[in-house]
Amino acid sequence: MTDDAGFDQFQGTRSYIASDELRHAVNVAVALARPLLVRGEPGTGKTLLAESLASALALPLIRWHVKSTTKARDGLYVYDTVARLHDSRFGGDHDVRDIARYIKLGPLGEALAAPSRVVLLIDEIDKADIEFPNDLLLELDAMRFRIDETGREVTARERPVVVITSNNEKELPDAFLRRCVFHYIQFPTRELMAEIVRVHHPDLTDRVLDHTLEVFFGLRATPRLRKKPSTSELIDWISALKKSGVDLARISGGIPFLGTLLKTEHDLELVGKRAKA
Amino acid sequence: VLVDFLFELRARKVPVSTHEWMALMEALALDLHDSSLDGFYHLCRAICVKDTAQYDAYDEAFLAYFKDVHVDALRITEQLAAWLADPRNLERLTPEQQRAMRELDLERLRELFEQRLREQRGRHDGGNRWIGTGGTSPFGTGGRHPTGMRVGGGGGRSALAVADERRFREYRRDVVLDVRQIDVALRGLRRLGRDGAQDELDLEETVDRTCRNAGEIDVVFRPPRRNRVKVMLLMDVGGSMDPYAELVSRLFTAASRAGRFASFSSYYFHNCVYASVYEDAQFRRAVAVADLIAHRPCDEKLVIVGDALMHPAELLDPGGAMYVAGERRASGHDWLRRLAGHFRSAAWLNPEPDRFWGGTTIEVIASVFPMWQLTLDGLAAAVRFLTRGGERPRVGDPSRWVKAASER
Repeated sequence: MTDDAGFDQFQGTRSYIASDELRHAVNVAVALARPLLVRGEPGTGKTLLAESLASALALPLIRWHVKSTTKARDGLYVYDTVARLHDSRFGGDHDVRDIARYIKLGPLGEALAAPSRVVLLIDEIDKADIEFPNDLLLELDAMRFRIDETGREVTARERPVVVITSNNEKELPDAFLRRCVFHYIQFPTRELMAEIVRVHHPDLTDRVLDHTLEVFFGLRATPRLRKKPSTSELIDWISALKKSGVDLARISGGIPFLGTLLKTEHDLELVGKRAKA
Repeated sequence: VLVDFLFELRARKVPVSTHEWMALMEALALDLHDSSLDGFYHLCRAICVKDTAQYDAYDEAFLAYFKDVHVDALRITEQLAAWLADPRNLERLTPEQQRAMRELDLERLRELFEQRLREQRGRHDGGNRWIGTGGTSPFGTGGRHPTGMRVGGGGGRSALAVADERRFREYRRDVVLDVRQIDVALRGLRRLGRDGAQDELDLEETVDRTCRNAGEIDVVFRPPRRNRVKVMLLMDVGGSMDPYAELVSRLFTAASRAGRFASFSSYYFHNCVYASVYEDAQFRRAVAVADLIAHRPCDEKLVIVGDALMHPAELLDPGGAMYVAGERRASGHDWLRRLAGHFRSAAWLNPEPDRFWGGTTIEVIASVFPMWQLTLDGLAAAVRFLTRGGERPRVGDPSRWVKAASER
């Protein structure tokens, strides 16, 4: 797909089914060159979105997985002082006076310094400190930054397509939200879910698919569940069923491999009790 | 033309900024909405609405603006809930008013309620007829009709134990504290120290030592700086605190944000601290105050939030804990003094406006704990006091209360 394909650049891919709303939000973000902030229940394919967007636009993907200790600066660059000290003492074939050798670009830095357009995924931004998104405001706005040690200015030649995911663990600051295009991935409807499962398990018969979805949505509708099973867990569950050779048409009694769908003791007990009753 | 829609959105509390509006205009100019209303709906939502909680309000605004469809049925119930969630203007009852309120039986009450619900058109606070908060109408919440019907909310104020102590209470709009403001104020509450794993390179020290070592590299690590302040929050809930529930929950949200303090714990109490406080606001999991005093380090900062308003007997009499069974020998006042004696720095934040503090139990409690009003200024002063100490604020003259209690 090329740039002159116009607005509807993203249509989902063969392995990623996107709802109309999601496609629209992605295309708006691409057209406005603003970061796309995606929220949604865990397991609704927020991270996969970036991958499929990159392959749909035929652009390289740079991932930045945020952890609780991640600092905004780490995303731009890291100045490896210890290596420089080491080289100054033990020599080696490096020129110690050249600081640039010891500057390593982080994922955001790489995306900005890239010679062509890239897709940058900032995964689970809410895991980091509350100030983290604020520290990125300028870089995401202007798409440039300065390496203080060398005075080098890095400016993006083409604004990267930025996809940011969040699990809603923390509130994000308003100033940050203002600059994003926002989309909330809703849990798929039964029809959409059937389509998604088809993509991953094309050999499933209609009857079996129907039956698994019945069980799955039945489980999700169970009241007081601590953690509802998600799309990715459904797909795992079906794989497990297929591999074990259980007859999928006859899973009405107990649910086999319940552990792939429910992840807390409380939920397992609850569903067990309801099955008996 | 669309500017009206912007204001429609803002009127429904969807915080759309000019920044976002400009982006939307840019997007429209690029024809990203496909020149269709559906396209515009998704486009505008993606750009302007950043919180799923506001999606519903957005839909409403959209419907109202573009289809002239009024969704009144929905709004009435929501609005009713909104009026009631937000009690204001509690009037003090005169004996005449009390007499004037006829006792109503349940059947009649229900009939009247349905009739009013049909007639009522707007928010109503105070007064004696409509459904709303405060006032003496038999319907609504936070009012004081003795046999009235409570609609939503909780904790009417007609509890006889405190009825005579109530004074006019105004609903403040002047100083609204939002979570972010509280957040900023609490940032002052810290004492940085280096603690824990040594995983930060101390560059200065490394260079220094390496030089002393005649160029032999000596890498020095140090633990990163972390906030070492430990905080314990005690919150008064229910009853007379209901009008401030939202404010207190904002304070709680800001204080409990992850990673803010070295340790943070919170407990609930009702009216006054007696022998126990509770881990949950439903008062199911009790924790003995004596245990807290025994096990908590005394350098923990104790922050109490409450209106400190109660009947004097509830504070000063040994059996004053009318809601709490169990040990009755110590009065609430005694328990408060024990807490104040253990924790080296403590502060009481009171949502009640300070001009109403005089002549109430607030004076007594303010003599035990340094007290500030729960406003931005008060909070900032309390944080200053907790970190740096200083002079405690003076409130009234509590001696007459204590004397009254000893005479009793």
